[in-house]
Amino acid sequence: MLAAGTESLLRQAREVGAVELGRFCARISALLQAEDWGPDTLDALRRLFLIVAATKYSRRLEPTCVALLQTTLCSPRCPERLQLLCAAVLREMAPSNSLSLSCDHAQSSRQLGLVASVLLAQGDPQQVRTVGQCVVKVLESRQSEGPSLTHLLPVVSKVASLAPDALPEEQTKALSKRLGDWLRYASVQQGAAHASGGFFSTPRARQPGPVTEMDGSVATDFFTVLSTGQRFTEDQRLNVQAFSMLRAWLLQGGPERLGATDADDRSELEGSTVSVLSAASTASHLLPPAEWLREKALEYCQRLLEQSGRRALRKADSDLQKACLVEAVLVLDVLCRQDPSFLYRALPSLRALRTRLCGDPACARVLLPVAQFFLHHGEAAAVDADAVCQHLFTRIPSEHFHSPMLGFEFVQFCRDHLLLFGSNLDLLRTSFPNLFKFLAWSSPALTSEFVALLPALVDAGTAVEMLHLLLDLPSLTAALELQLRSLQAASERPLWDASVRAPGCLEALRDPQAQGLFQHLLRAKASGTVERLTPLHQLLQPLASCARVLQCAQAVPTLLRAFFAAVTQVSPPPRASVPTAEGQPELRGQSAAHSSRGRAPVPPECGCEQPPGQHTQRGPAHGCLWPGTQAVSPSQFADGALASQLALLLLERSDSLFPVEGYEADVHRVLSSQFPGLCRLHPPLVVERAKELLEFVGSLGGPRSTGHMLTSVVWAIGEYLSVSWDRRCTAEQINRFFEALEALLFEVTQSRPSATLPKCPPQVITVLMTTLTKLASRSQDLIPRVSLLLSKMRTLAQSPAVGPVHGEDDLGAVRTRATELLNLLKMPSVAQFVLTPSMEVSQPRYHRDCNTALPLALDMVSRLLEREAGLLPG
Amino acid sequence: MVHAFLIHTLRAAKAEEGLCRVLYSCFFGAENSPNDPQPHGAERDRLLRKEQILAVARQVESMFQLQQQACGRHAVDLQPQSSDDPVALHEAPCGVFRLAPGDPFQEPRIVVWLGVLSIGFALVLDTHENLLLVESTLRLLARLLLDHLRLLVPGGANLLLRADLVEGILTRFLPHGQLLFLNDQFVQGLEKEFSAAWSH
Repeated sequence: MLAAGTESLLRQAREVGAVELGRFCARISALLQAEDWGPDTLDALRRLFLIVAATKYSRRLEPTCVALLQTTLCSPRCPERLQLLCAAVLREMAPSNSLSLSCDHAQSSRQLGLVASVLLAQGDPQQVRTVGQCVVKVLESRQSEGPSLTHLLPVVSKVASLAPDALPEEQTKALSKRLGDWLRYASVQQGAAHASGGFFSTPRARQPGPVTEMDGSVATDFFTVLSTGQRFTEDQRLNVQAFSMLRAWLLQGGPERLGATDADDRSELEGSTVSVLSAASTASHLLPPAEWLREKALEYCQRLLEQSGRRALRKADSDLQKACLVEAVLVLDVLCRQDPSFLYRALPSLRALRTRLCGDPACARVLLPVAQFFLHHGEAAAVDADAVCQHLFTRIPSEHFHSPMLGFEFVQFCRDHLLLFGSNLDLLRTSFPNLFKFLAWSSPALTSEFVALLPALVDAGTAVEMLHLLLDLPSLTAALELQLRSLQAASERPLWDASVRAPGCLEALRDPQAQGLFQHLLRAKASGTVERLTPLHQLLQPLASCARVLQCAQAVPTLLRAFFAAVTQVSPPPRASVPTAEGQPELRGQSAAHSSRGRAPVPPECGCEQPPGQHTQRGPAHGCLWPGTQAVSPSQFADGALASQLALLLLERSDSLFPVEGYEADVHRVLSSQFPGLCRLHPPLVVERAKELLEFVGSLGGPRSTGHMLTSVVWAIGEYLSVSWDRRCTAEQINRFFEALEALLFEVTQSRPSATLPKCPPQVITVLMTTLTKLASRSQDLIPRVSLLLSKMRTLAQSPAVGPVHGEDDLGAVRTRATELLNLLKMPSVAQFVLTPSMEVSQPRYHRDCNTALPLALDMVSRLLEREAGLLPG
Repeated sequence: MVHAFLIHTLRAAKAEEGLCRVLYSCFFGAENSPNDPQPHGAERDRLLRKEQILAVARQVESMFQLQQQACGRHAVDLQPQSSDDPVALHEAPCGVFRLAPGDPFQEPRIVVWLGVLSIGFALVLDTHENLLLVESTLRLLARLLLDHLRLLVPGGANLLLRADLVEGILTRFLPHGQLLFLNDQFVQGLEKEFSAAWSH
């Protein structure tokens, strides 16, 4: 309906050729020249606008036509709608070089507003400056209040936002003074009806009544945006505009700019004690303009706080009350930051507001600016922000997770105030299960927000629990769906996906056994414990096809990457700016060691970043000796114990994920790429977790169809199961791993290809062969065994009909690898050197300096391989 | 401060035919590029602005589609029930997302959008606006535009040829991109003025 007509109109407009457009412009020029303000002109200008706007390429209009559009824009007689169209066409052409418009051409302030809109659209900083100066001059020259000013104030506001220094200082001061006046002294009588002179109108104009409050009662004090009436006077309109631009104006004025100019004007009366005591009336007319404005702004905001408590008669007004509350609190925050002496006057009303809001679920969004206020000023006012933060983090997300706007504001609030949270940072960090509810519900809009927030959110105490919850995020979405279904009346327009029926789920929710798990999943704070949620996965299965759950599942890989980036970075930049979490409550047993042991951990990352000469103090010999008790310094929380815990978690969780379509494969891809990273961070974990790794490797047949996890685990074993990484590594241990992997290789290669069993990816086979060779090079008794195995593999790979691997490329890869490894094993000492390089190899010096052994060795090995490659069959 | 306002088409699902079309767009003062050493030609600047608007429109559309899917609403719901039905604006889905700096605007921006049947309305804003005010302003603009253009009614005017109306509404309710705190009576007053100016 809409689409068909729209498409064809747009196409027509785009297809208008230059000749046709020229003729059309000539017609418009004739109409404008003749000052024909009739329907023909209106229609023609509308079409012209469409022709210009419909294409992203510039349209060349006849110069006479452009000139006439500008003349018409400033003509005193032309009706408004035509002028709006002229301005719109000129703006659509912007930026344009053919413009000769200037502010001086405007005949009235309304026209000046239109001209300004065209000029500001040009994007030229000089133009912005000129417009600003011109408009401020007009504002200044007309002392009388009138309709003129309402058209110009928004221009000033726009100019100030585009180029803060565009407005001359004197005029800025004068305008600040007048803004203060408009805020505080607008008339409290309603506007008079226009003398329409209609047939039934009484000759005597009715006396307009006083303005009223939102609840209908007569206004008790001065006019604000929350005062209402049948009609509004011009000064009341200015009042509305002044308040609307107030916060930005105060911020642009800023303490440094206004403060500097104030210094000259500051009367001797002023001092913090005086302004604390001075009520509204005390000599305030003597104040310099910026202080005058702040004074009036304070009174205005306090009045708004009072007015917003009244019960509005109209729905739209009660929404406005909330918006005004937010703005008033934000303005008060700015005022108190610019002049701390305001604090004592603002504080009582804000305390009262906090109490009022905490009990009103409809005002959740207003709580954020209130919390911001207390975070900014709590210290100065000797009131801490704990209470409001506590309420915010524990109650709001669990009650309002389904509001996308609140979710966004909440996360933005957290991001903006990381530096201010202080002792509340721990509260924020332990509240991540609650915060994740927003994420689980509105993942498309919030994923990037959380990626930015995660580095600040994660710490050593909560990392394990957070990773579990991230992996469980789709189940959390499903649980929240279920929770909403159980709470909300079905008659309302449902927030959940009503197309997916889940009849059994709601009953399951009441099942006492499942209830505990639900409560754990929907917890508000980090519990320090981990529950196996597998029984819930079955219960929630019907909801796994919900679009919301799918969307969340698609967001998880990105979040996991952000999580690991934050955990494995030694000191991520965002955390570096956050106050270190000293004295935070210890959440789990392992952190008990934090305080008692002061030894800093050895940073086990790649040696290239270390300056030469320092590498001796790190390396395998210095790894931790007692698993799980290694000391941690607070800023480097991804220590050995944690890395080891996380690695184990990856193994455990790889086969217990909520069964959402495509979820497991996506998660495996991320987890498998992170596993080697964790091992690199803490190589001894392979020795420490030998039992679990052996179990993992031994339990083939799980859902590791893609082989991603298996590949990276096997690779890590080959890389880090070595005495050079951990002295506790014994030959017996190497033998045990060798046997397990040998059995695994046998299993994957001997199984017959079948439809039910997934094909084994060639990467798994090659990594298994390589790892076995690596192990053999470290325990040389194994070399004959592995040589036999490798030649068997080579033979196997030459007969394509058997074995689980298909495809000539795959077979070729297996064959090549087997041959290479066999050749390498012919010289055991070279094999050991290549397959288990010493720590020094990662030093740049080792590669640059021809006298070191590595280039020589590489040269020899490559020659050896080349010679053998020539003997390769096929 | 609002940087831009746009109206565009919304398709219920990606698979649906056609493209995301911008029906109306307006920048309130253009974004300057102070650290740009070479000023581009006027044509390229204009092209860039148009592409920026289209990028926002597309992103709004996909956010809208994801939200609709998540709520289990499908294409059928996007048709007006009957020509006389007032569109339930308070139920219209809305949302907010952030645009990272450089994509597509130099500065970071926030987009607040509202989807009414097959039309999307969006405001591009500074990062620290009062979002409650933004949301109510956007709903007000959408309501006024739908009322005065009878946009969604068969036989109603085509937005593409009523730019004067959109401009008239914006100059009063969002002058130069300034968000206004307007109470209900105030809105009615401005609306009356607007109707009077447009009736002759």
